[in-house]
Amino acid sequence: MTTLARSTPVPAEATVARMAPTLRFELAKLLSQWRVRIVLIACWVAPGVFVAVVSQQSSLPTDTVFGRWMHATGWAGPLVVLSFCCTWALPLLTALVAGDVFAAEDRLGTWRHLLVSVRSARRIFATKAIAAVSVILVMVLGLAVSAVAGGLLAVGNNPLVGLDGHQIASGEAARLVGAAWLYVAVAALAFAAVGLLGSVAFGRSPMGLLLPAVLAICLQLLQMLPLPVALRMALPSQPFLAWRGLFTTPAQLTPMVVGLIVSLAWTVAATAVAYLLFRRRDFTDLAYDGAGRRVVLAGGVPLVALTAIGTAAVAAGFGAGGGSGVSGRAVEQSIATAYGHLYRLQSQELHRPDVPEAQLRSAATCTKGGATGGSGPGNDWRCVVTWRLPGVASTGSAIYQLDVQADGKFVADGDGPPPVNGYFQVRTPAGDSPNPLWQIDGLIDLLDSPKG
Amino acid sequence: METGAVVRARQVSKTFGEVVALDAVDLDLPAGQVHGLIGPNGAGKTTLLGLLLGLARVTSGSLEVLGTEMGMAGATPAGVAGFVDGPGLYPSLTARQNLAALAGLRGRRDDTRIGAALDEVGLRDMADDRLRGFSLGMRQRLGLAAALLTEPRLLVLDEPSNGLDPSGTRQVHRVLTRLADSGVAIVMSSHRMDELAALCDEVTILHTGRVVFSGPVGKLAAESGDLDYRIVTSRPSDAARIAADTSGSRLVNDTGRHPATPDAVVVHGAVAAIDDLIADLVRSGIAVRELGPVVPPLEAAFLALTDGAEDGGR
Repeated sequence: MTTLARSTPVPAEATVARMAPTLRFELAKLLSQWRVRIVLIACWVAPGVFVAVVSQQSSLPTDTVFGRWMHATGWAGPLVVLSFCCTWALPLLTALVAGDVFAAEDRLGTWRHLLVSVRSARRIFATKAIAAVSVILVMVLGLAVSAVAGGLLAVGNNPLVGLDGHQIASGEAARLVGAAWLYVAVAALAFAAVGLLGSVAFGRSPMGLLLPAVLAICLQLLQMLPLPVALRMALPSQPFLAWRGLFTTPAQLTPMVVGLIVSLAWTVAATAVAYLLFRRRDFTDLAYDGAGRRVVLAGGVPLVALTAIGTAAVAAGFGAGGGSGVSGRAVEQSIATAYGHLYRLQSQELHRPDVPEAQLRSAATCTKGGATGGSGPGNDWRCVVTWRLPGVASTGSAIYQLDVQADGKFVADGDGPPPVNGYFQVRTPAGDSPNPLWQIDGLIDLLDSPKG
Repeated sequence: METGAVVRARQVSKTFGEVVALDAVDLDLPAGQVHGLIGPNGAGKTTLLGLLLGLARVTSGSLEVLGTEMGMAGATPAGVAGFVDGPGLYPSLTARQNLAALAGLRGRRDDTRIGAALDEVGLRDMADDRLRGFSLGMRQRLGLAAALLTEPRLLVLDEPSNGLDPSGTRQVHRVLTRLADSGVAIVMSSHRMDELAALCDEVTILHTGRVVFSGPVGKLAAESGDLDYRIVTSRPSDAARIAADTSGSRLVNDTGRHPATPDAVVVHGAVAAIDDLIADLVRSGIAVRELGPVVPPLEAAFLALTDGAEDGGR
């Protein structure tokens, strides 16, 4: 009797039962590679050591968000590590694992054996993808746990200062740090999917291994440019910056949601293209050495189209078409809010009476390049911050020079008067302490700034 | 022993773009038969073996394996095992780990059976050695052990004796003969005519994707027609003169093609003519010390049918 191979429906439980041994085998193969083992160990050890050592240094990585607070709280270290991971480590990890998971079979010449043994190309694809993602997630978990452990052990469980200067209680900081790592881990799936695509498409060629890393570098270069905010938001690397929005009040959730949608769309599209290429491959062709140039059409075009659609959708949805998202109003609002919060922190350090932000009524007037009404990123922003104290007739003022980056992050450098923000330390009854108003890190919500 | 067709191919064609790898191939394989697949490189042997293993789908025609229409790639029915282009095992794992992984994939992990399979191919002593130190022949034997582990009903092997020493070859032949006796159908490609003659019930010769012969080995030998025979005698010059005078036989002077020792002559002719020649030599008092075809009948038939096709390609 003749039966078609696909004709019998398989219950879900049976599918899982069939996948389990194949998944175990794929995990065993991945974990039997020395380089994967070494990287796994490094992920669970290195961040903790890094955070613990750097937290004890006199010089902190102040050019990285939260770096200037590494002396103050153990929760800053994991966020410095997260920031570093988003720039380099995550693309490299995904490249190392997902970018090699199919190519390894090509190098070893084991495809035909595997196909005959497993008897389901779909199951092979699914288990390879799941195994790669599992290992990547274990690596990310290791990075997070290690960094948190290093920070808490070396510095302690103290409140964290957010990116708008407000103090985040240690319990809330723990929740936000966990959420930020989780968010970035989900966003990293897009790069893992690109790794799978490269691994399938390029066969034993090292190009497959490099694809996520090359993509990440290209996207980083793009993000340094003053791109239209709609295009910026449609890039799959956007979530690697958007997580910082968790640390403002209110949280900048819109860019995070957009970034998550973009990441998931890239994950689905790249995985689907990889699956189609895999299913179309002829495994009897002994001369096969990757789909080569076909991947440009098969993989590149859908992903570029996805970016174009995402750009159009963000532009239509938020009215943020051609602008950079950095408007004068947003800069003024952001620096004034941060100043108000940090003024309270400075008051605490100096044991001055606490003045709530509502009474302080901090405000800012900013110019860019000497002109009012400016917009866009640049290091030529200058802001005058004013505030009032109860029972004091005069208005206090402080000057800041701002370097506003294209991704919305800014560093405000205090320019006087010296007792307020002109010196990096303040003299407290307990001795000299870092002056929280000397340099201020801030974050502008690019999607809440349509005029820019 | 099963009696139904294990493989039933009808007008199977397979193309890769413009290249026709298989062209209207028919093949029937009952249980217990050892079927040889021969042809020049690029004839389509690997493609046909790959189709039987479910590694690719036919472009047109019908291919049924163990009652399942091979409609899509990767849909290998249970009961099919084997390898093309080498066994493709994992060099970072030991022999035992490779077999255990395979057994796990098929959901039948059983250490006793793994040991028995290693025993059968003579690799028990190397069971815990990593594969990266194995020779080609040892890998071939381990590939066979991997196939045995799945208790196949159809075994598909691509040059299973490749890289084997004479002892290893004998061992593999013993295993294959036992499997065929137990009802397993075996399709194997080989370039070694002696191996095919020793093992196969039937052979199929492929040439540029087409079947140019399919049938029993004995019938193929009969296709060989007149052959060149090398005859070693006590008086070679007299033997050459008598051969030249014998009706139906012809002295072959091309010693480059048929290297002859000084005491040998090479004669072309039908079996009857060679019989007459030998009788004449004996009557003339010439001792015949050796007699045999320069090219074995199977090889001669193969060369005749494939027209001495060149190597290379699929």
